[in-house]
Amino acid sequence: MKKFFFYFFLLFLFNFSLAHSIENKNILKNKISKNIRCLICQGQSIYDSQSDFAVSIKLVIDKKINEGFNEDEIYNYLKDQYGQWILYDPGFNEKTLVLWILPILLFLVGGAIILKKIVIKKL
Amino acid sequence: MRNKILLIFLFIFFVFCFFIFYKSINNTNSYKPNIKLGKILKNFDAIEFFSENEINSNEIFVDNKYYIINIWATWCAPCRKEHPKLIELSKKKSAKLIGINYKDNLKKAKKFIGEFGNPFSVILFDKKGILAIELGAYAIPETYIIDENKKILKKYLGALTNDNLKEINSILK
Repeated sequence: MKKFFFYFFLLFLFNFSLAHSIENKNILKNKISKNIRCLICQGQSIYDSQSDFAVSIKLVIDKKINEGFNEDEIYNYLKDQYGQWILYDPGFNEKTLVLWILPILLFLVGGAIILKKIVIKKL
Repeated sequence: MRNKILLIFLFIFFVFCFFIFYKSINNTNSYKPNIKLGKILKNFDAIEFFSENEINSNEIFVDNKYYIINIWATWCAPCRKEHPKLIELSKKKSAKLIGINYKDNLKKAKKFIGEFGNPFSVILFDKKGILAIELGAYAIPETYIIDENKKILKKYLGALTNDNLKEINSILK
């Protein structure tokens, strides 16, 4: 009887950890899918689309997760295959330089103008 | 003086905005894929269409100067349209035609090949579409010209046209 409970407990533990790992994989898969653009759809992510392209990309993401790829490695793999455009969150590079720098620049210039006005008013 | 600087700044700002909007107007909403050429094809395993056995890409890319990969399916109307062009291409001795049957019904695909002729030296069965994605495909049909070093020389998205065929012939010379 003790043996039975021991094996039952082991089986329960195994199932629990398996379910937990599957759930983690699904969370990661969904997170990545939401950040990948469906290249043949109009303004949809891979997560939202049911096109052949999106379904295949989801399968590839699944495969890569099972092969042990982490999130960044999967993004890099897809970027290597399809270019920067496939990512919703563009990285910092020469093509996205203006996109990243301009808001900071505008913020600094605006801040400087406001600061200058305040200083002049105080004087 | 301050007003002049402000005017110049505003002028530059509006020119910048105009330039951005002008460029956007000329672009269509539909995405035009940025075709990546010069990439070396990685090794892959796939299912052979007729035997349904696993085959490695090293067994396929041997002894030829050029390889033409065509991704097709029976449910794809443009694929049917371009099939005679593939039959024509298969007559070229400098190139080996490799077909990738994409997300298809194997029985229907075999019937299709039996009916319209088989231009391919090897056909790979891509049931889930993973192989096509690993090759960097967007939609079907797609055709890639690959050299002996497995370098992608050219990609054609959509059914092959007569102009495409002429270009391929000039590459294969």
